[in-house]
Amino acid sequence: MDHKLRTGAGLSGIVLGAGALAFGAFLSNRHRNRGQDNSPNYTKRQPEGDHAQVGRSVTIRKPRSELFTYWREFQNLPGFMENVEAIDESGADGVFTWKIKAPAGRHVDVRTEISSEKQGEHIAWRSVEGSDIATCGEVRFKDAPGERGTRVSLVMSYDPPAGALVRAVANIFLREPQVQARHDLKRLKMLMETGEIATSVRTRGETRAAKQETE
Amino acid sequence: MRALTWHGTGDVRVDTVSDPEIINSRDAIIKITSTAICGSDLHLYDGVIPGVKPGDVLGHEFMGEVVETGLGSNLKKGQRVVVPFTISCGGCFHCKQQQYSACDNSNPVEKQDMSATLYGQPMSALFGYSHLTGGYSGGQAEYVRVPFSDVGPIVIPDHLDDDQVLFLSDILPTGWMGAENADIQPDDTVAVWGCGPVGLFAIQSAIVMGASKVIAIDHYPNRLALAKQLGAQTIDFRETDVREALMEMSGGIGVDAVIDAVGMESHGFAIDNMIDVVKQKVGMGFDRASALKQAILAVRFGGKVSIPGVYGGMSDKWPLGAMMEKGLQIRGGQTHVQKYTEDLLAKIEDGTLDTTFLISHRLPLEQAAEGYKNFKEQQNEWTKVILKPGMEN
Repeated sequence: MDHKLRTGAGLSGIVLGAGALAFGAFLSNRHRNRGQDNSPNYTKRQPEGDHAQVGRSVTIRKPRSELFTYWREFQNLPGFMENVEAIDESGADGVFTWKIKAPAGRHVDVRTEISSEKQGEHIAWRSVEGSDIATCGEVRFKDAPGERGTRVSLVMSYDPPAGALVRAVANIFLREPQVQARHDLKRLKMLMETGEIATSVRTRGETRAAKQETE
Repeated sequence: MRALTWHGTGDVRVDTVSDPEIINSRDAIIKITSTAICGSDLHLYDGVIPGVKPGDVLGHEFMGEVVETGLGSNLKKGQRVVVPFTISCGGCFHCKQQQYSACDNSNPVEKQDMSATLYGQPMSALFGYSHLTGGYSGGQAEYVRVPFSDVGPIVIPDHLDDDQVLFLSDILPTGWMGAENADIQPDDTVAVWGCGPVGLFAIQSAIVMGASKVIAIDHYPNRLALAKQLGAQTIDFRETDVREALMEMSGGIGVDAVIDAVGMESHGFAIDNMIDVVKQKVGMGFDRASALKQAILAVRFGGKVSIPGVYGGMSDKWPLGAMMEKGLQIRGGQTHVQKYTEDLLAKIEDGTLDTTFLISHRLPLEQAAEGYKNFKEQQNEWTKVILKPGMEN
């Protein structure tokens, strides 16, 4: 009886051990197999790297050069980025200050410099000394197939790392960065394709602009 | 202004609300002369469409006179226009392919998340039809703000009166596209579930498109009589075993094409439909699909299934095997109204299509709540209700 029990325990130990090995192999395989996956890093269940990364793409029916030029004129960005109040070029050292709305009427200043850019293809930026948030980001412009226009991708990384970001979001941003990016890109698309940003309000007093003025 | 507003299930009222204003450059303001209650408004009335808020102005079938225009509008004050229920920008990928009801840019960004979660991608905007589709104020009112007024509204010549053209806003093109989606060939036998306004226009369209036989299915004698008057054969589903009858009436083959003009609140005594009624009532599911399930079983192998009826959510006990094994083509979708208006206006003018035969009641806007109640509860007599804001009470 005793003997049988011990054998049983031994067997289950072996089974468990084998299971753990298999699971470990599965995990490491999953990691190794990433070479077989073409998806962007920000869509991974467990993104690589230490920082929280968000990203979003949108296809806009306009030529690449036109969209690049519009974006590169940073004063245009607050027109479709909900939480960005203003972007000013401060001083002569190529540093831009993004005045970003935070909850409870507060503001966050993000100071960035352009880290790399290529006409018609991409603009990348990173935060510099004195910025309230450590961040870097990039917008990429690629030709979409046929007559579809341009694929615009916005990718941003934040320090704190992934887990802490979620907690920080409530203090720093109006919305989760992923949602913010999606909304902002959709607004850009509307503006470029139709000349206006759709709203279902019935009176001018209800518009975003009117509400901001009265704040 | 006065407007019909939603307050809860079975509770709509004519209230005084703020007048609409020009917000964006391509907007126009229309003074409503005629506006109809649509069968799909009853889904809002019955509280089975998510995302409706108290105070929302309903109505998506309307026409009237242009009274104000933004700088980007090409309309002129004084023009008479019919406005499509679909709001479309005209410039996006979908609009360029004439898939107007899939417009990328009409649903405000902050309203897109709910339908993107439900359907994978966000819906386009519709007038007066919940915040899922944008939360735009509808046209059962004295005035309405029409965005992208250079793409939607169609200008109506003076010699056509409101009753002849109002339905270009929705139910006529919806019935037409319902028939077009059934890909009707000259020898086809076509079965249409539901003889409400969309079903009747689908029947009329299928006949114009040259179907050899059209079979209409309903249980209201008056609605079946209207279908018969159009040239359809009829089945009363309370009297007859529909599948058996359709097999016989198609010579044992099964019908070539089926059109579901019923949608998410279908009647039916099958046990699965009764369960779906309960689930819909407690908010666990939206769609009662018994008509569509019956249609999928009735259509022949290699047949065509068209779904102009409105569905919003999910359905279980779905005849997936029949769908795959029979090699069916299934098409649905909100109507690409702007694609059809010009052609259908011409067909009204030359007498190919009559749109007035189904109008049963014309009421002042103030009596809109009564119109909803009767349109829902007395479907045999109340086949189509037009509201006239200018009409004496």
